[in-house]
Amino acid sequence: MMKNKRSAFERVASSPYIVWSAIFIIAPLLFVAYFAFTDRDGNFTFENILSLSSYSETFIMSLGFSLIATTVCLLIGYPLAYCMSRTSERTRSILMVLLMLPMWISLLIRTYSLMALLDNGGLVSSFLVSIGLPKLTFIGTDAAVILGMIYDFLPYMVLPIYTSLIKIDRRYLEASADLGCNSMQTLLKVILPLTTPGVVSGVTMVFVPSISTFYISQKLGGGSFDLIGDTIERQFQNQVTYHTGAAVSLVMMILILISLAIMNKFSDNEEEIIV
Amino acid sequence: MDSGRGFFMFLDEPKPLPHNYFVKEFLCGMKTKLVELKNISKSFDGETVLSDVSLYIHDKEFITLLGPSGCGKTTTLRIIGGFETPDVGDVYFDGVRINDVPPHKRHVNTVFQKYALFPHLNVYDNIAFGLRIAKVKEPEIRERVSEMLALVNLRGFEKRNVSLLSGGQQQRVAIARALINKPKVLLLDEPLGALDLKLRKDMQVELKNIQKKTGITFIYVTHDQEEALSMSDVVVVMADGKIQQIGSPTDIYNEPVNAFVADFIGESNILDGVMLKDYSVKFAGHTFECLDCGFAQGEQVDVVVRPEDVDVVPVDKGMLVGTVTNVTFKGDYYEIIVDVKGFKWMLETSDFVGVDSVIGLYIEPDAIHIMKKSEYSDMFGDYSTFSDEMDHLSDIISEEEE
Repeated sequence: MMKNKRSAFERVASSPYIVWSAIFIIAPLLFVAYFAFTDRDGNFTFENILSLSSYSETFIMSLGFSLIATTVCLLIGYPLAYCMSRTSERTRSILMVLLMLPMWISLLIRTYSLMALLDNGGLVSSFLVSIGLPKLTFIGTDAAVILGMIYDFLPYMVLPIYTSLIKIDRRYLEASADLGCNSMQTLLKVILPLTTPGVVSGVTMVFVPSISTFYISQKLGGGSFDLIGDTIERQFQNQVTYHTGAAVSLVMMILILISLAIMNKFSDNEEEIIV
Repeated sequence: MDSGRGFFMFLDEPKPLPHNYFVKEFLCGMKTKLVELKNISKSFDGETVLSDVSLYIHDKEFITLLGPSGCGKTTTLRIIGGFETPDVGDVYFDGVRINDVPPHKRHVNTVFQKYALFPHLNVYDNIAFGLRIAKVKEPEIRERVSEMLALVNLRGFEKRNVSLLSGGQQQRVAIARALINKPKVLLLDEPLGALDLKLRKDMQVELKNIQKKTGITFIYVTHDQEEALSMSDVVVVMADGKIQQIGSPTDIYNEPVNAFVADFIGESNILDGVMLKDYSVKFAGHTFECLDCGFAQGEQVDVVVRPEDVDVVPVDKGMLVGTVTNVTFKGDYYEIIVDVKGFKWMLETSDFVGVDSVIGLYIEPDAIHIMKKSEYSDMFGDYSTFSDEMDHLSDIISEEEE
């Protein structure tokens, strides 16, 4: 409401970020848009966008994989966050460290370590063989890619949900019990609705990186998968296909924006979504 | 639930309270004890909050737990609501022990301090919450919600967002949300604490009316003695985790049992005295006639004289003589501080007396109330450190502690 009258200090304080985002966010976005709508000679064209119909399978598969990963993360993450929020302060901080620990390590390294574990000649497989079970052939399957997504992004689901859970005032829970709710009803009628903003940001924070990932599918998919991220990466490695790559990126961004808009509907404008 | 009982059947006027609550108790032994606490003790982290509290509450009564912050009144309420379990002692409801009954299975509803309205629900859905849990049919819910909205004067507010309501309106929604379940007992935890003075006075009247209309037992927690006196049938004064006195507002005011109650309820001059014999007490260097008896001869006692019960008279007619040290205009009376041989009395008088004037004090026998010595005897003395600002300051502090 008071946007039009900002103090000199505010303008100075915000200028580094404005410069930063102009160089590293706005400008690249404009480049992507430029490349998506031009051909190799720099002429305006819809050709790139129209040619994307051949990638529809890639889009659908990526969407499917990330939706499954997000759903599984939610199903594991919500109960985990709920249990964490109900434990004592001490247990809580231990669980928090355990949850955060993997996040201190690069995503890439985590994916590699998962690969080492699940590889066809890896630790898990050798263990299974040693106790007389058949050899595991996991790498290269759909499940491996989805597992990778869940493994890498689960903490991003748990944290916002956990935060919104511990923010719930005890009095709401007491009021709920006072009005006749058992603990299951309290969970469904009070806790769940009050944590919707947390769920929405958790879903966003898992869904967006899942749909655009490329190294998870490359490493755990054993090269047999081509998700949107892989497609974009491959096309930007060759200058000839820059334009198609830009078009794929643009469509993916629009896809993500639409998904976010849908999710925003669920959160009832209660809180801004952190993307 | 007690579906046979109509909700608005109890429209009769409350009967005037007899002089002594316990006499009434004796005569009307038929009254049902709805809630009973027996020898309740509770401590948090080794700190005793309640010690050996016993109390019973009758059906359709408006009872107030009154005391300073930290006296255990809220804990007592939470034990009745089921949010705390006593370490020692039993809670009975309608004659059944309910120590282990969880809150959602008790016929009790609560109006929480700061209301605790569900922010994700609008006014209608907040009020309908309890009925929906009880699986009442929607048409009946609609009817009962509109009945409730009428009761609390919030018709037309159904679709409002609760977080955009004013404090007073949120208060009403909280009352409606609790009352719609037709509880046998309504617990109110400092429900008016967050409202400004004017609104508070209005809500006091309204709450009392609602209680009369619905005939539901109200258990009300407050640290505001004025609120307690003006609304309650029975006041329970608490301090340091113990019940100090139970009685009607007039009993509590006129016959405080110890120095704590005398000081906490209203203004009082508390003096050390000696019972010379029945109906005769000596304090402030003068022997007074009084109405109290049954004390040992020569027993040390606390004497209470209320500021409004002392008459200001010419020096030659005074039983005591003192010098006025402070005069405060209070609108319909003057509050004066009088130094009598070093003890500062507080008096209320409608006639102006100037600072430094010497006046006589005259005290009728029925203005004197004698109390046994207690652990609180030496904690409350005269008004030598008195100042209006100090009073307000300590009020603010005690409210913040809550």
